[in-house]
Amino acid sequence: MKTVNIMIVGVGGQGSLLASKLLGRVLLDAGYDVKVSEVHGMSQRGGSVVTYVRFGDRVASPIIDLGESDFILSFEKLEAARYAEYLSPNGRIIVNTQEIDPMPVIVGKAVYPSHVLNELECKDVTIDAIDALSLAEQAGTAKAVNVVLLGRLARSLPAVPKEAWLDAIRSSVKPKFVDVNLRAFELGFALD
Amino acid sequence: MKRLMIGNEAVARGLYEGGVTVVSSYPGTPSTEITEFLSEYRDIYTEWAPNEKVATEVAFGASLSGVRSATCMKHVGLNVAADPLFTLSYTGVNGGMVICVADDPAMHSSQNEQDSRHYAKAAKVPMLEPADSAECYAFAKEAFKISESFDTPVLFRLCTRIAHSQSVVETGERVVPAPIPYERKGEKFIMMPGNAKKRHPVVEERFAKLTAFAETTPLNRVEAGGKHVGIITSGTCYQYVREALGDEVSILKLGMVWPLPVELIKSFAASVERVVVIEELDGFIEDHCRNIGVKVDGKSIFSPVGEYSQSVIAAAFGVEPKPHVVLENPIPARPPMMCAGCPHRGMFYTLKKNGVTVLGDIGCYTLGAQPPLAAIDSTLCMGASVSGLHGFKCGLAATDRTMKTACVIGDSTFVHSGMTGLADVAYNGSNSIVVVLDNSITGMTGHQENPTTGYNIHGDPAGKIDLEALCRAMGIKRIRVVDPYDLAATDAAVKEELAADEPSVIISRRPCVLLKRVKTNPPLEVKVDLCRSCKKCLSLGCPAISFRDGHATVNDTLCTGCGVCAGLCPFHAIGDKEVKG
Repeated sequence: MKTVNIMIVGVGGQGSLLASKLLGRVLLDAGYDVKVSEVHGMSQRGGSVVTYVRFGDRVASPIIDLGESDFILSFEKLEAARYAEYLSPNGRIIVNTQEIDPMPVIVGKAVYPSHVLNELECKDVTIDAIDALSLAEQAGTAKAVNVVLLGRLARSLPAVPKEAWLDAIRSSVKPKFVDVNLRAFELGFALD
Repeated sequence: MKRLMIGNEAVARGLYEGGVTVVSSYPGTPSTEITEFLSEYRDIYTEWAPNEKVATEVAFGASLSGVRSATCMKHVGLNVAADPLFTLSYTGVNGGMVICVADDPAMHSSQNEQDSRHYAKAAKVPMLEPADSAECYAFAKEAFKISESFDTPVLFRLCTRIAHSQSVVETGERVVPAPIPYERKGEKFIMMPGNAKKRHPVVEERFAKLTAFAETTPLNRVEAGGKHVGIITSGTCYQYVREALGDEVSILKLGMVWPLPVELIKSFAASVERVVVIEELDGFIEDHCRNIGVKVDGKSIFSPVGEYSQSVIAAAFGVEPKPHVVLENPIPARPPMMCAGCPHRGMFYTLKKNGVTVLGDIGCYTLGAQPPLAAIDSTLCMGASVSGLHGFKCGLAATDRTMKTACVIGDSTFVHSGMTGLADVAYNGSNSIVVVLDNSITGMTGHQENPTTGYNIHGDPAGKIDLEALCRAMGIKRIRVVDPYDLAATDAAVKEELAADEPSVIISRRPCVLLKRVKTNPPLEVKVDLCRSCKKCLSLGCPAISFRDGHATVNDTLCTGCGVCAGLCPFHAIGDKEVKG
């Protein structure tokens, strides 16, 4: 099979490491070769963060290049636009519509491009925009945005059965957070 | 067991199974997790040392005692550890010894992108370089065997993409060799000239043996493919080559990057029409090929700057770039920044307000250089803020100039190598202001304990350096402690020390707001009717404050209630949330 590429992007501190951990785990359990590449350190401090997840029969490179990503899972609107050039022509962006101002916007040196998703749609980019923050709050915690988005992604990855995702959540998340994360996953998965 | 591991965890597992018994390291991205994962094996000794030189010497001592030891650091850490390294090459080891060093091409978290392979060549010690987590694991075990077989410390090179990429590893069992008995061998371990002169030829003989080993070891392998082009590569570049060129090329994949084989390279080159060396950073393998008379292309095609990828390599072989969307308008940058509630913010704001030229150092607080605070004038290396400031003052004094100056250095960095700079300040009596930003943790690398925090690598109570007493013992008379959340007190302290005519230390003390043991306050709010839109609060560069709909607003989920903005607002428009009821 052709290697499938997924990028997880967002703002440092939004929980992308847990998302990539869960994703890596279900893909490995499903029998694929998997590589996950992330950058720690400086970028954690509120900066733009990106994780590459690749799976297939045999994966060589741990990173994804311009025009190669089948999915971009974005935790924040501006970050979806920042990495849009990594999307393959048939790819899809799943984006949480939350806006988090970067420092140049906070200090008035730049304006937050609120309509940037429309601009991408005009260029025939497939955008799946969801209010994952509200759904996460509905599930019980704003911190579950990552799992809501994974639920949405899971619908588009028939390679992995739904039950495998639920198992991975049960075994990867601290016991007291399992229920809220299962609810968050279901809310993301159930979206039309 | 088969599972996904980042390279660093796989190195830790390999060292553990390989029988490592003592580990001493100083944290540094992207190497930190090796030691953190090792610390989870409670049947071995692990520690954070004050710096990489100390850590390497601890590993040396453990090796001398007859057990297998390791130390892990980032590339610039090896500069600090270079002194023991070069003579360790002469002494060799007793128990096996591995020095892990993680390079950071593209400088995700570093101040330069130096290529550590030059150390292996300069110190005449072997260096291994894995290309994925499975190799991290296997090579780490192999490193101990090489160390003991050839009586040498072994360098183990990683880069960010190997250290922080997860791939599949199948683990085994730990096997610990019996300790090698300690015997006094002065001619091997006392490196004074008479003995060292006899050891240098031993090093040269060892180098010849290691070169012979490089010819046949399975660490280096040929993957036969198309014969038009042969690629010599190693590490993460090997994966990019595989991805971009597949079986169209033949590959000589090197797992041991020093010493490099001679005959293996010559025979590989003879089997293909053209040889290209693909390696990030310097043309290290390329230079070796030229030296042995093999014609290759390398840095004439590929840049010595930054990281590569599959498309960088594909493009060099004429593959068109993949089509992708392009946005006309630039996307606002999102640089890393100091967290909401960061205790460093109050001190940086105060230094900037007082027009102080600030020599900075390495840590989270380097982010004080970012606008809007923009409060740092230089960052060089660990500890350079203190000694650099002393030199700056000497330069000013020698030419009859005066400026308001200070330096800032974190608690961990101060112990790492700021203390020696302070010794110079105290001894030579320069009128320097050393601000120790004491947030009670090594922050930027992800919260490691250090000798000032009172806890060890496991979080258990440990020795704790009394910074005030230490500075006093060095001869500094003016020592004061301020809480950087208290802007008025911080301002008063800075002004008084700027006016003093002798060295002083200001300890800006407040634990990192992200520490689990720190309790934060409820978020504050802006009283919209009181806000005059002066934007003074925005000058703090706090990610929790933004300006929307004509007034400042506080982000509930980010604000930690530190109160620095409330203390700054001239109209008292920021304060506790009013309880509605």
